Amino acid sequence: MRTLASPHVTQDLAGFREVQRLAYACAEAVAGRLTPGTTERDAARMQREWLRRRGVSDWFHLPFAWFGDRTAFTGFRVPTQFFPSGRRLEPGMPFVLDLAPVYRGFTADVGYSGCLGPDPLHTRMLDDLLDHRDLILRGVRERRPLRTVYEDVDRLMMRQGYANRHRAYPFGVIAHKVGRVRDRRRSPRILGFGTQALKGLASDALHGHREGWSPLWSPYRFSDHPPAPGLWAVEPHLGFRGTGVKFEELLVVTDSRDPEESAFWLDDDLPHVRRRHPVGQGRHPVGQDGQKGTGR
Amino acid sequence: MNAFGTELDGARERWVRSGGPDRADGPDRADGSDRADGPDRVELCVAELGDPADPTVVLLHGYPDSKEVWAPVAQRLQERFHVVLYDVRGCGRSTAPSPLRGGFTLEKLTDDFLAVADAVSPDAPVHLVGHDWGSVQGWEFTTVRRTEGRIASFTSVSGPSLDHFGHWIKERAVRPTPRRAAQLLGQGARSWYVYALHTPVLPEAAWRGPLGKRWPDLLERSEKVPKGPYPTASLPSDAAHGAWLYRDNVRERTRRPRPDAYAHAPVQLITPTGDAFLSARLYDDLERWAPGLVRRTVRAGHWVPRTRPGQLADWIAEFVDRQADGPAPAPARRTLPTGGKARAERYERYARRFAGRLVLVTGAASGIGRATAFAFAEAGARIVAVDRDAEGAARTADLARLLGAPEAWAECVDVSDEAAMEKLAARTAEAHGVVDVLVNNAGIGVAGAFLDTPPETWRKVLDVNLWGVLHGCRVFGRQMAERGEGGHIVNTASAAAFQPSRTMSAYSTSKAAVLMLSECLRAELGDRDIGVTAVCPGIVATGITSATLFTGVPEEEQRRLRERTTRLYGRRNYPPERVADAILRAVHDDLPVVPVTPEAHGLRLLARFAPRLRRAVARAEPRL
Repeated sequence: MRTLASPHVTQDLAGFREVQRLAYACAEAVAGRLTPGTTERDAARMQREWLRRRGVSDWFHLPFAWFGDRTAFTGFRVPTQFFPSGRRLEPGMPFVLDLAPVYRGFTADVGYSGCLGPDPLHTRMLDDLLDHRDLILRGVRERRPLRTVYEDVDRLMMRQGYANRHRAYPFGVIAHKVGRVRDRRRSPRILGFGTQALKGLASDALHGHREGWSPLWSPYRFSDHPPAPGLWAVEPHLGFRGTGVKFEELLVVTDSRDPEESAFWLDDDLPHVRRRHPVGQGRHPVGQDGQKGTGR
Repeated sequence: MNAFGTELDGARERWVRSGGPDRADGPDRADGSDRADGPDRVELCVAELGDPADPTVVLLHGYPDSKEVWAPVAQRLQERFHVVLYDVRGCGRSTAPSPLRGGFTLEKLTDDFLAVADAVSPDAPVHLVGHDWGSVQGWEFTTVRRTEGRIASFTSVSGPSLDHFGHWIKERAVRPTPRRAAQLLGQGARSWYVYALHTPVLPEAAWRGPLGKRWPDLLERSEKVPKGPYPTASLPSDAAHGAWLYRDNVRERTRRPRPDAYAHAPVQLITPTGDAFLSARLYDDLERWAPGLVRRTVRAGHWVPRTRPGQLADWIAEFVDRQADGPAPAPARRTLPTGGKARAERYERYARRFAGRLVLVTGAASGIGRATAFAFAEAGARIVAVDRDAEGAARTADLARLLGAPEAWAECVDVSDEAAMEKLAARTAEAHGVVDVLVNNAGIGVAGAFLDTPPETWRKVLDVNLWGVLHGCRVFGRQMAERGEGGHIVNTASAAAFQPSRTMSAYSTSKAAVLMLSECLRAELGDRDIGVTAVCPGIVATGITSATLFTGVPEEEQRRLRERTTRLYGRRNYPPERVADAILRAVHDDLPVVPVTPEAHGLRLLARFAPRLRRAVARAEPRL
């Protein structure tokens, strides 16, 4: 078992792109079928079944689903609280789907945020989340230490008025490495995480420990190193008073000298990126009368 | 001009006949001759203000009052509404039925209301507002069938439905769990005056004698009702006649409450939390009788129309407007911030108190100030976000609107600038009204040894941390005091206010001053119903650490220290949202000093009970 050290091989990237698209297609399909009364467990099962029908048999992790204030991990203390619960969806509730299928040996890990019914606040948060997508790419291209990029994201969130909720993930990670895994007939799991993928992560951790980097992108000292080449599943997660939004997608980091080539998002044609361009959706607040009271 | 020279000058007066065989309206008359003819027939004195083309709002007074009790509210409403007030039979200038016994039943009072409503607004239903017995009557009107279609909305202030009250007593008497028994006894004790009024003759004698004379003083002392043209000279006879309201109705209705007392119009319930006569528990299961009930609470005594006229007028106007906009439900509520019943109840309590109130927060572009603005916004308050950082303040205002604030504005002001603060206060009062809750939160951090701290740094920290608070309290406190409807001031002090430290002399000094200032102000402004709170957060993850001035170190070291403390505070990870929660609780419950984090509580205990240990802690040098 070996993770991909230099994934800028076009063929490999195509494979990753395909599974990422598949995962997002699943998230969109399931999101479209969510109705009031659906539980988190139902939503997780729907994702699982949708992907199984399309040939997915191994997972980086089994699909997660969070509804309502659980999207912001409110009151989460122990890791078991991440697992899908019996929380029922209600009109106006935000939700997050997080799934990581392995397809033909390629891993994707994606996150999808939605809301049952229109909510201007949720829309605003999704808009603001995209700023982090740009910020992270810029930081990585500048080869800044990952810990510093993490703190930049923290600062931007604070300025935006949101709380950093990826801090609630194990090790507080904003991203982790993913790679190719061997296609096996059996794919056992530990606590919802595929053993193949965990093995890959463990071997990365071992290599990284020797070479001074870590496959986990965290706020801690072990992430105080420039970005390591490979595929990173990046998942900034904003929380704001009981509403959480995140995206998760693959960032390709290479050892190229050219900044454009050194890091890029695997795919720009994703639901949360597409929302940036639609007609008539300005980024202006749903404000009322003219305020902006700068010393009026 | 009416007979007692009251505040209802400029009102148009007319007389309306009610009761007896013929319920036709009496002709408008200037003089009082040819009063009610025949027994049981009364002439009601009706006053009208405002344009009759506007929606009609009928204000109904209680006991022992006359319609003049509503004067300050009526004046505020007359710009936008056709305001109608009338003296209940036997009170003010309305005539009393003869005989008195049996002449004050709720059925007859309903006749009176219908006669007035038909006279002043024959085509459209009226919006009814009742205080005390006016509210008791209002409940009767809103729950009997024959008024259906004549009432567009009802705002109840301090007066339950006697039928609901009867059911309330019955439920508690039949199954007296300890809690229910306590509720019953509590209200039983508050109702002492009801029993007293059932004694024959004596109450009348008291009212016409010493009690009538002393009443204005009593009101001023116990209820803080300012003396003036109110109560009117008719008080002794109002009170004497009004005793029959109790005698004719209370026993009858509480013993045999109507089983079908359901409201047929939307109801808004305004509950003063300091009511000496009515327990707030009375309204516990009111939604059963009035579906879609809108609840509001106000920190005041029983005579809200006199002590909180502005607030009352705002709520009445808002509720009337809401009916005009069609039967749309209250603005879409966001999903509750966090699950859990306790949290949902707290949220509900805050929404009742703060909805529509004006809250001004300084230092609102980040950290605790921003979180506080958001928490108030979530409760439906109107927000003014003040900060030096215009962009950050604008962002706070934007998000506050998205969270549920009906309106929010950003202001770019430096709190240490006296002239700017004066201007801000004037501008705010002019555009949005007097601030109800002021949160003086802006502050900066300074750390370093005293001998390394230059005077400029001292000046800077005192300018913001102390003078900023002083300016806020001075300009906005004065406005609150002049308005005379109470308010609340929250000053952000710090756990450093009770814990000395060798490395934070400047910061601790400024915060200790804020703490003492808050305590002094609380003593002074308490008489005017303005609460003052000092909040002492402790170690909270905010932006203060990344801007803290570390004195006596080179630039490079300064940056390292900032990063280091920011990381430490981040690891402590106490969110500013919880400080904001504490601030809302402090304002709601009027608390004097509020330590927030466990360490703040601990240091406060240390300061009180172990001063030597506290000094030892102060000597420790933090390693960064």
